Amino acid sequence: MSRQSVAKAHQKIQELAWEPMYHQPVSHYGTDYTFRKAQKKDPLKQVLRSYFPMQEEKDHRVYGASDGAIRGNMFRQVQERWLEWQKLFLSIIPLPEISAARAMPLLFRNVPNPELHNGQAIQMIDEVRHSTIQQNLKRLYMNNYIDPAGFNSSLRNFQNDYCGTIGRQFAEGFITGDAITAASIYLTIVAETAFTNTLFVAMPAEAAANGDYLLPTVFHSVQSDESRHISNGYATLLMALADEGNHQLLERDLRYAWWNNHRVVDAAIGTFIEYGTKDRRKDRESYAEMWRRWIYDDYYRSYLVPLEKYGLTIPHDLIEESWNQIWHKGYVHEVAQFFATGWLANYWRIDPMTDKDFEWFEHKYPGWYDRYGKWWENYNRLSTPNGHHPIVAEDVDYQYPHRCWTCMVPCLVREDMVMAEVDGQWRTYCHEACRWTDVEAFRPVYQGRNTPNMGQLIGAREWETLYHGWNWADVVQDMGFVRDDGKTMVAQPHLNLDDPKKMWTLDHLRRMPNLQSPNVLLNQMSDAERAAFHANYIKGGPAGRPAKD
Amino acid sequence: MTTATERSVPKPVFTDAEAGAKEFPDSKARRFNYFTPQKRKQTHYEDVTVEVQPDPRHYLAQGWLYGFSDGKGGYPLDWTQLKAWGSDRPEPERGPGTGGQGYEWPAHGWHEFRDPNEEWELSLYRYNANVVRQLQANVDAAKQAKSFQQWNPNWVRFVQQNVGAWMHVDHGLGLYLFANANRRGPTNMHNTAIAVNSMHLIRAAQDLALYQLTLSEEVEGFDGSAHLETWNSDPAWQGVREMAERLTATDDWAEAVFAANVVFQPLVGELFRSQLVMQVAPRNGDFVTPTVVGAEEYDFSERDLRYTKAIFELLSNDREFAEHNSRIMNTWLADWTGQAITAARAMQPLWSQPDTKPIRFEDALDRVKSRFAGVVEELSLDIPKELER
Repeated sequence: MSRQSVAKAHQKIQELAWEPMYHQPVSHYGTDYTFRKAQKKDPLKQVLRSYFPMQEEKDHRVYGASDGAIRGNMFRQVQERWLEWQKLFLSIIPLPEISAARAMPLLFRNVPNPELHNGQAIQMIDEVRHSTIQQNLKRLYMNNYIDPAGFNSSLRNFQNDYCGTIGRQFAEGFITGDAITAASIYLTIVAETAFTNTLFVAMPAEAAANGDYLLPTVFHSVQSDESRHISNGYATLLMALADEGNHQLLERDLRYAWWNNHRVVDAAIGTFIEYGTKDRRKDRESYAEMWRRWIYDDYYRSYLVPLEKYGLTIPHDLIEESWNQIWHKGYVHEVAQFFATGWLANYWRIDPMTDKDFEWFEHKYPGWYDRYGKWWENYNRLSTPNGHHPIVAEDVDYQYPHRCWTCMVPCLVREDMVMAEVDGQWRTYCHEACRWTDVEAFRPVYQGRNTPNMGQLIGAREWETLYHGWNWADVVQDMGFVRDDGKTMVAQPHLNLDDPKKMWTLDHLRRMPNLQSPNVLLNQMSDAERAAFHANYIKGGPAGRPAKD
Repeated sequence: MTTATERSVPKPVFTDAEAGAKEFPDSKARRFNYFTPQKRKQTHYEDVTVEVQPDPRHYLAQGWLYGFSDGKGGYPLDWTQLKAWGSDRPEPERGPGTGGQGYEWPAHGWHEFRDPNEEWELSLYRYNANVVRQLQANVDAAKQAKSFQQWNPNWVRFVQQNVGAWMHVDHGLGLYLFANANRRGPTNMHNTAIAVNSMHLIRAAQDLALYQLTLSEEVEGFDGSAHLETWNSDPAWQGVREMAERLTATDDWAEAVFAANVVFQPLVGELFRSQLVMQVAPRNGDFVTPTVVGAEEYDFSERDLRYTKAIFELLSNDREFAEHNSRIMNTWLADWTGQAITAARAMQPLWSQPDTKPIRFEDALDRVKSRFAGVVEELSLDIPKELER
């Protein structure tokens, strides 16, 4: 279709909407935001007559590349270090995608602009595309990569694993609670507009550097849809800003959504990009550099800040604090170290770091070796079974951390940990912003204003508590992270598949001390013990080191 | 002499990380092992849809993490009155030392549903792209053949008003019933099939709207906005409109899908499309409109009705709740069939509008009643007495 005919066609389809005369469409989802009817234009200007063939053409390219990858023996050049982390990433990401599809109806009754509903419906089916095309990529990896373990049990693993649970926020946050908080601010304004840049652009570039050109093929195709979704969010945001009564809620939701996305996405993608790569060219961008470019400059400075003039209160402090966490407080390194500490509770193999990796980290993050080098040397030393326990149960100057009750990433930057007694339970939070999210934002009253539609944080949010007092072998078996011989673990702290003796089994775990939930122990303490514990905890770190006094 | 600086690019490395390079535990375990396929071998469709939407009754160890203001998270089973076996078992309680185990997969009967159309992204884009391409070709061929010039004024009026009015039905149901319901079903298989149904309808609505745009350009005197007046105030359309609006106002997602695809589409949609427009158009010199309307008819009869029957057949034959479900679905049939017949009868004046007449209205209605009765019987439900109104 020519541009002129697209414009005419789009104008014509606006005649499809009608005002109900007999019955109002069902209203399933509430919001505390208020919207006035406004003639905000559908930014997508998408007509299905051109949309379906366009998507089909994109599919042709993706599936053609998939076929080419197999015929061209791509997996002879893929780095195992990289593909192993895809077992985590590709188990998580289809759920956020499909949840974004499910989120679109939350907007229909709350955003009174039929023109925008057209764009939202197209986003819905785009998201079905993303979810199933990503599942298909994982299926291809399972069929063609050397080690299918972890891919083959992907969705059960993801749903049972604490890393999967962290990632699941990036899905459930889209579909529950206040409809605008969830489907507009958290999903489109922050997750899609800011963080898909690192997810779907920065990460695929790293995949290509590790011999995997299928991930870029699929995810760039996905990202080409995201740019339209970003426009959807922007149109809704401008409508929300038109009513001053929404400004307080917008401020709340931007703070929550920004911080949660930072905690969750930077933890995962930062780890994949920094610790999942073998590309140690000194001039390749680090995650921190990518973040500065894609998120700080492109999103914060170019997209968010200009909205200030419309009355949007930007969480400048949290954005600067996120950078502070990544650059000064080693957030990504702390997370990667924790994932590797808990390798046995996961379903992928984590390659030890080598001298070449150390050199690169030191170059990109001066002071890295002094903080993390010794611990990674220990990880390497303890990676194959030789009469010792997995690293989590060995003395390597590492204190197992408490869980953040809100973002569920542990409280790794020790000095930032805060506690609060909420609903009869002492909870730990990785940062004041996460405490605020639980204690103040996700409540039916916010700053004296009734917010009856705000959602709740629910669920068994500390993974360790489920297994308090369990033997580690039983924990791993309960989660199902065991290979088809019934004893060899899916997870391994190395990549060696040649020698069965070098692979950890349930028998090795059986000898370990039982797992203890830090939160259960915290709640057993007296007030004085708890205060002393907190004072000590925040003196710990970096790199998980216990306080020295 | 010039010197070339070496570009900084990643170097290819031979890793031999392809399937079969080594043997070790799980090295040959190359199928998703977390669900039981419907047939002996799991299908590509199952691989890309099953279990993507979690369920705390089998795997979700830490439960749902975000809830609505009432504390309910995820996809509550009580968003419909219908039940599949196992629905009444409580969600496993998880707390200190409980571990993460739920019930054995699938935990309840909702997970047994598979879309017989096996829809996922590849299939839905191929199918819909083919439809829009073919429609465009049909309309272009008609333009080149000057076939619209054969239309008599009465037929032009019929198309601009009545065929035009139908696009509102498609649009309303596509967006506010089916797209809305894609958040409501208990499994990814339900919600994906429903989302695809939604896109069929939204596409069909746009197909009709753009067809009208072409006619406005090609047919002298064609009033491209006449459909609005028809939809808003023609008494013949108000029964259809009221029913379409009530469908979008239905709280229970399964009732909405059932009422739309088991009752409304066979009794009203097929009556209008197959028994009126597609029959009468050729007799009035129009070979194009039936192809546009026929594409939508195919969407419904060959795809959307198929998955709908698969959903509700399972429920009316459920090993634990067959009686409960059949009782509720029979109530729905009685409730919605009466309204559908009223809406259908209100459309009767349309049968006398074209110059060359179609089959009699009563004969057309008998045909769709017979077709409807067949669908109801396939679902092991009772033919409602309201059908005889």
